[in-house]
Amino acid sequence: MSTFYFIAFLSIFFSILVITAKSPVHSILYLILTFFTFTIHYILMNAQFLAVVNFIVYMGAILVLFLYTLMLINLNKESEPRKSNLVKIAGFIGGACFLITIVAALKAFTVSQPVLLSNPNLGLVKNLGKILFNEFLLPFEVSSVLLLSAMVGAVLLATKDPKTA
Amino acid sequence: METLTKTMQGVPLNHYILLCAIIFSIGVIGVLIRRNAIVIFMSVELMLNSVNLLLTAFSVYRGDATGQVFVFFVMALAAAEVAVGLAIIVMIYRNTNSVDINVLNRLKW
Repeated sequence: MSTFYFIAFLSIFFSILVITAKSPVHSILYLILTFFTFTIHYILMNAQFLAVVNFIVYMGAILVLFLYTLMLINLNKESEPRKSNLVKIAGFIGGACFLITIVAALKAFTVSQPVLLSNPNLGLVKNLGKILFNEFLLPFEVSSVLLLSAMVGAVLLATKDPKTA
Repeated sequence: METLTKTMQGVPLNHYILLCAIIFSIGVIGVLIRRNAIVIFMSVELMLNSVNLLLTAFSVYRGDATGQVFVFFVMALAAAEVAVGLAIIVMIYRNTNSVDINVLNRLKW
């Protein structure tokens, strides 16, 4: 139980570092650490399939894509222009109001039940695969079309226009 | 793996909601206070991930695997979104030579 609180503290700590780090490269590295703590959360909940997918897709693919984009656009010349302090304070107050609203709504609940794993093989690959390929077969196929269209769109957007270049 | 799952037994559901709410608000604050388009994009990723974690927690709480299948679809969508979004950022950089979002004020009146 104390493992959860320790990992939760690490998640919050690293995600604060993501938005406060000066250099975007440091932000990405802290984001990798944040996603690693999320993977540990998934393992603690015995959602093994999601832990592996989070590890491979998010930390392996998406964040490497971020790093490559950062490498392509060279930001070393001028550091990021800072927002004025007024805008920062306003943004912080806005986010804090959002958090307070959710926490206050949570207070209206009665005391919560603990999260107990009733079925130990709930998040295993075998169980999820059976559900995915029976009930959710159509959304699964549609998501492949989504990924294909995203790939075509990304290539189309990122290639140079021969008329302007 | 059995002992690992034993350790999480007894964490109240409210604490999961609280953790995910805090991380989601950190993402919101990040979108509001940063001007670098890539960092804003990373804050959006943070928000998506906090929602994924909460969906998984509810799925375990209810003993229903549908929530975890939904998280899988959210991850597929996030991958597509990142590919298109980063391509747009690269194109913006090529046209304006910066990723500062204050340059993009054409829609402002």
